[in-house]
Amino acid sequence: MIAFGQFLEVLIGGLMSGVLYSLVALGFVLIFKASGVFNYAQGAMVLLAGLALVRALDLLVANGFPLWVAVVLGIGFAAVIMAATAWLIERFVVGPLVNQDALTLFMSTIGVTFVIEGVAEMIFGSDVYPLRLFPTDAWFLFEGLFPGGILVNKLDVWGALIAGILVAGLALFFQRTKTGRALRAVADDHLAAHSVGIPISWIWFVVWLAAGLVALVAATVWGTKLGVQFSITFLALKALPVLIIGGLTSIPGAIVGGLIVGAGEKIAEVYLGPSIGGGIEYWFAYVLALAVLLVRPQGLFGERIIERI
Amino acid sequence: MLYREAGQFKTTYAEDMAIFPIRQDRIALAILLGIAFIGVPLLATFRIWPFGSDYLLWAILLPFLILALAAIGTNILVGYCGQISLGSGAFMAIGAYSAYKLATGVHIPLASLGFAIAIPPLPVLASILLGGFMSAGVGILFGIPSLRIKGLYLAVATLAAQFFFDWAFLRLPWFTNYAPSGSVNAPELDFFGVVVRTPVERYLLCLLFVTVLAVLAKNLVRGNLGRQWMAIRDMDIAAELIGIRPLYAKLTAFAVSSFIIGVAGALWGFVYLGSWEPLAFSIERSLDLLFMVIIGGLGSIMGSFIGAAFILIVPILLNVLPTELGLPLSTQTITHLQFIIFGSLICYLLIKEPHGFARLISIGKEKLRLWPFPY
Amino acid sequence: MRAPDTDDILLQVERVALSFGGVKALRDVSFNIRKGEIRAIIGPNGAGKTSMLNVINGFYRPNHGAITFKGRTRAKMQPFEAARGGIARTFQNVALFKGMSALDNIMAGRTLKVRCGVLWQLLRFGPALAEEVEHRRKVEEIIDFLEIETIRKVPVGRLPYGLQKRVELGRALAMEPDLLLLDEPMAGMNLEEKEDMSRFIMDVNNHFGTTIALIEHDMAVVMDLSDRVAVLDHGVKIADGTPDEVKRSQTVIDAYLGIAH
Repeated sequence: MIAFGQFLEVLIGGLMSGVLYSLVALGFVLIFKASGVFNYAQGAMVLLAGLALVRALDLLVANGFPLWVAVVLGIGFAAVIMAATAWLIERFVVGPLVNQDALTLFMSTIGVTFVIEGVAEMIFGSDVYPLRLFPTDAWFLFEGLFPGGILVNKLDVWGALIAGILVAGLALFFQRTKTGRALRAVADDHLAAHSVGIPISWIWFVVWLAAGLVALVAATVWGTKLGVQFSITFLALKALPVLIIGGLTSIPGAIVGGLIVGAGEKIAEVYLGPSIGGGIEYWFAYVLALAVLLVRPQGLFGERIIERI
Repeated sequence: MLYREAGQFKTTYAEDMAIFPIRQDRIALAILLGIAFIGVPLLATFRIWPFGSDYLLWAILLPFLILALAAIGTNILVGYCGQISLGSGAFMAIGAYSAYKLATGVHIPLASLGFAIAIPPLPVLASILLGGFMSAGVGILFGIPSLRIKGLYLAVATLAAQFFFDWAFLRLPWFTNYAPSGSVNAPELDFFGVVVRTPVERYLLCLLFVTVLAVLAKNLVRGNLGRQWMAIRDMDIAAELIGIRPLYAKLTAFAVSSFIIGVAGALWGFVYLGSWEPLAFSIERSLDLLFMVIIGGLGSIMGSFIGAAFILIVPILLNVLPTELGLPLSTQTITHLQFIIFGSLICYLLIKEPHGFARLISIGKEKLRLWPFPY
Repeated sequence: MRAPDTDDILLQVERVALSFGGVKALRDVSFNIRKGEIRAIIGPNGAGKTSMLNVINGFYRPNHGAITFKGRTRAKMQPFEAARGGIARTFQNVALFKGMSALDNIMAGRTLKVRCGVLWQLLRFGPALAEEVEHRRKVEEIIDFLEIETIRKVPVGRLPYGLQKRVELGRALAMEPDLLLLDEPMAGMNLEEKEDMSRFIMDVNNHFGTTIALIEHDMAVVMDLSDRVAVLDHGVKIADGTPDEVKRSQTVIDAYLGIAH
């Protein structure tokens, strides 16, 4: 029973941290679906959003604003920053590169990553900034069933809740709004969409903005967990294998992929790690993605691509 | 008016297929090689400006040569064969650690089988080259997925290589001969009795490696194999239908690329760093190499040199220039500026000139050929 | 009318069927190509012509049926096997290697003829250099033949469409094929370019004796060039014979006018 209790605890912890990967992966999927861009910069966007938020918060609180006002204003400020970023990216990088091959677009987002990281740290500083938006203590569940109970972080629960709301919101946005429908049209064929009068650059701005706001949400949860700091960009990189596993174009795929990676790496670390040196969380997600690629290149939920000539 | 090819007639196809078909280019190359092989060592030996101290050799020329070599390797895979790689750093590490293990003797105990595999320490040259071959072998292994997956998906596969080997060299003490600090020391650089010690000697050693490998790489990319790689890059389906086997073309690209990168890694560890830790070959190194290739020119051997020089020189300029102008910047600001400059340059070049500085130079040369009468 | 050299069958397609999901692209199509002839495949849009070529050179796997090429029967061609067996191909939407020069594109067509190994190519010395020069000489012959000398070192991405089509033909010719498949070689060309291309196709057929199968929409060109014409409609072969026979066939006329049958 102890062993099972421990397993459950590891599993739940893993699934919950998987939700965090899903949050970042969602941003990727949004952009990939709408513009075919594989956005390496999503991690940098999480960093930028986090830094903007935490620095604005600190400044406002230090100047005597009540916390809730500071939070509202801080989130507003960070959202404005993300909107500006989206506009700049659309205007100066993705717009001019329309019709280029996927590889060029991907490499350009690596360039964007560096610019965002440089600018963000230059303006907002490059230390570790603690963020306290959600409770970080823990619950102990099923204490009667397992000795010591099962430890569950409140923050993780908040993260899961937020991810759920976000997915529901995005689904509504895609299905029910005019912009959402235009977005799906652009995703199918941007030239055709353009020819029926859908303003492409506006749509792409909206997509990058949505991805930026998703990054902001991810930043609030990640920042509370780890403090807002540069290494967030590397953790966010794990969204790439998450996507490969889930399938590049699928929002449910991003969620499921995140859960699989989160749970898988925690379980592997606890049960496999000690025998081969530990720290396998570092690469587990990538190797798992590689294995999935070999068996099912389109991922679990992705669409199969038919080649034509 | 100096740059004219009038009067230079090519009478055979071999002449037309030379690396530098124009005489002035050949003269320029000869002068450059003369400076590199004779001028620099002479100046450095007699400590004549700008070689008064070893700074220029140690901090610029040595890393430039080795990184240019690694960039050539990266360019073969990314620029010529179109297979994106974010794992070049890992292949440098594989070259470096394999060379290290081979140079210090390999001992693999197979307790369960009752015997051990033991290889005595090998000479340095053999270790470095075999390090390249080990890297090529692993490269082929990680290239196999490229037969089923394309483009962006492959980027994730190469990331897997990067993170896995980062971890392996950090956490598996066998690779570092159980050194408690995790850092390893290169053996003495003994080449058939000639021991390489001083910066000038190290420089010449690297120069030799780079020159030979660059020429061989150039031969490959302008020959049939190079055309196969580019065909796969530009349109893999059509390539297959004219009789190019994707399996063969892609895996040879992975092998050749990883070999060159592996040798560069071994040189980086043995000749430049002397002692190193796994972090010497992290993902930042991979991204640096990718940047060198994009900035210098995708699909250009010369571009690899230009890109390496650029990536090395910008941080140095950022250090020196503001101080000269009386505005000293903090190291952090310099790092951030460097990020911004590289990042925006990448975007700019991808939009305006995907073939990088190398193409800008060849456009310049075209104009020069016609100057001052462009019509 | 140029009579075929012999009545030998070079390629026989038997009862080939192909479907994508529920869409039936080809339904039990059989036809043959004789050595040395120019064979046209025509039909309205979506008739399955390109699919037929894709089956012949192994890009698509037919659901059933057999392909006999040079006496060997297969259920499916492998693209590489097809190329090695001497089938070359051009594409409806030019499929050149855009980043390479016209010369390199055509040189790439020589891949299967290269004998020197990688080690020799690495050194590019002695036999390797001699071989490279020999290939270059052959390729220059093709370049002369297609009258594209002036653009040989231009990256093909920068060439106008008509010239790209010519380079693509050059690349296919560099393979010294026994069977040349041309998918709409004249699509999007003006009258002058069409005349040039027709001349090249006839010359290839006359001088090199290459068997040619072509898909074309321009009926005047088809009737002029080809020895025999097969007509496809909705994946079914509805007529086969000399241009005159096909021209008179009521089914063909109906198919083109869109009359249901």
